[in-house]
Amino acid sequence: MAVLLLAEVTDGALALDATAKAVSAAQALGDVTVLCAGAAAADAGAEAATIAGVAKVLVAEDASLSHRLAEPTADLIVSLAGDYSHIVAPATTDAKNVMPRVAALLDVMVISDATAVVDGDTFERPVYAGNAIQTVKSSDAKKVVTFRTSTFEAAGTGGSAAVETVSVGASAGLSDWVEDAKAESDRPELTSAGIVVSGGRGVGSEDDFALISALADKLGAAVGASRAAVDSGFAPNDWQVGQTGKVVAPELYIAVGISGAIQHLAGMKDSKIIVAINKDEEAPIFQVADFGLVADLFDAVPELTEKL
Amino acid sequence: MKVLVPVKRVIDYNVKVRVKADGSGVDLANVKMSMNPFDEIAVEEAIRLKEKGAASEVVAVSIGVKQAQETLRTALAMGADRAILITAADDVHTDIEPLAVAKLLKAVVDEEQPQMVVMGKQAIDNDMNATGQMLGALLGWGQATFASEVNIDGDKAVVTREVDGGLQTISVALPAIVTTDLRLNEPRYASLPNIMKAKKKPLDEKTPEDYGVDISPRLEVVKTEEPAERQAGEIVGSVDELVAKLKDAGAV
Repeated sequence: MAVLLLAEVTDGALALDATAKAVSAAQALGDVTVLCAGAAAADAGAEAATIAGVAKVLVAEDASLSHRLAEPTADLIVSLAGDYSHIVAPATTDAKNVMPRVAALLDVMVISDATAVVDGDTFERPVYAGNAIQTVKSSDAKKVVTFRTSTFEAAGTGGSAAVETVSVGASAGLSDWVEDAKAESDRPELTSAGIVVSGGRGVGSEDDFALISALADKLGAAVGASRAAVDSGFAPNDWQVGQTGKVVAPELYIAVGISGAIQHLAGMKDSKIIVAINKDEEAPIFQVADFGLVADLFDAVPELTEKL
Repeated sequence: MKVLVPVKRVIDYNVKVRVKADGSGVDLANVKMSMNPFDEIAVEEAIRLKEKGAASEVVAVSIGVKQAQETLRTALAMGADRAILITAADDVHTDIEPLAVAKLLKAVVDEEQPQMVVMGKQAIDNDMNATGQMLGALLGWGQATFASEVNIDGDKAVVTREVDGGLQTISVALPAIVTTDLRLNEPRYASLPNIMKAKKKPLDEKTPEDYGVDISPRLEVVKTEEPAERQAGEIVGSVDELVAKLKDAGAV
């Protein structure tokens, strides 16, 4: 069996960590060929060739492939698909945009966000925002799979795979890139941060969310919020952690003034260590917390910020 | 411009999901069901396009069990003009796969000829995040997924997308697929008069056979399990103790 793996390439640069994690997930499936696509992708291809376990690297360079627009990227993958039993990628937003399109063009189902490889046909994946784990077996001739990177160790480096250039067909020109706006904050991105500090309705106001931000900045953490805090206007919607927001699994998650509604727990319960600070000792959040502190957050959070 | 909005009936986002003891799936009998939250955002966006004069008609479509009629009535009460229900399953536990849903939607698009399909980026039950992209592929249309802002500019839609690490704006030729992310809008609540009016709006009932689409699944669900249970830890007495514990655990 042979695997084609779409590398995460942004503006010509390889996202080594996400790509290497997908490589380690894919190794069980067969020889891994990594595809680096972009307006410029040669440097990314050279770096991908150093990932341990990569058998070959394909570099596809064309102006239409800059900015990872779904339509030309999917067409490229389909043009290469014939040789492979599996077409896989790390489950980034870019790959989630592209891979279902690839699957439909090949008339197969996609298997999104796989967290374990059982065998060449069978994968585990979380459903209901991680409240259940489903094992699915594909009957399709080709499998199209994205891997949830947070559950796989990155493959090491030190490899020296051969690099080949592949040709790129004409683009149908269905969409055009306009601009990118990088997140303004100096804080890490919520879904990939090592530490997340989140505030809930108990924080009480948008102004008081500064307490949460101050603790986050002290720890170099991302800031999150519960849906209740977002609905109350204390925090912007893109901070929302939960079933309808972002699913996070950091090393440390600090929940402040969050009661622990089901839909919030669904978004953070895979965090390695959970700390809950809440004045209500009956709050459900304490049932999932490794360390709970029953206290008024307006006293405890400034003290914690000072002492860490 | 006609806008098609696919909506899915899913377990309500506030209901605790229970995995059946025999591993056959999640228990959905006698559980509160609602419109998928991302689809609610899609309905709202389509209605706003109509209110702005950019859309002339909003058609909601749902594929699933016959009870999905309630979901369509919600869309109609919010402001959709008419609805199509494709009854594709008898058992509420049967989930129609994204590829099959995309094939049925393609058949509806071929009939209805909308200029835009606006739909949720994913359903909160199977979490596949696939149907919109698959429909784009089958139709040969462009796609703008994970939208947080949509503007119609002549024969194009200019869409800002939520991507890892920030936002990306693209321009996509119409007709096109747009899938919605959380920040796009806040869906309205249907008023009582509008709920009453929605009962009189047209709702067509169809089956997959009407469209000649094979919906047999490609993925066999071997089993469904509870995730590893998380044990409650300990209650600490003070901030100092918390700091010490976190240092011991190597967390800070």
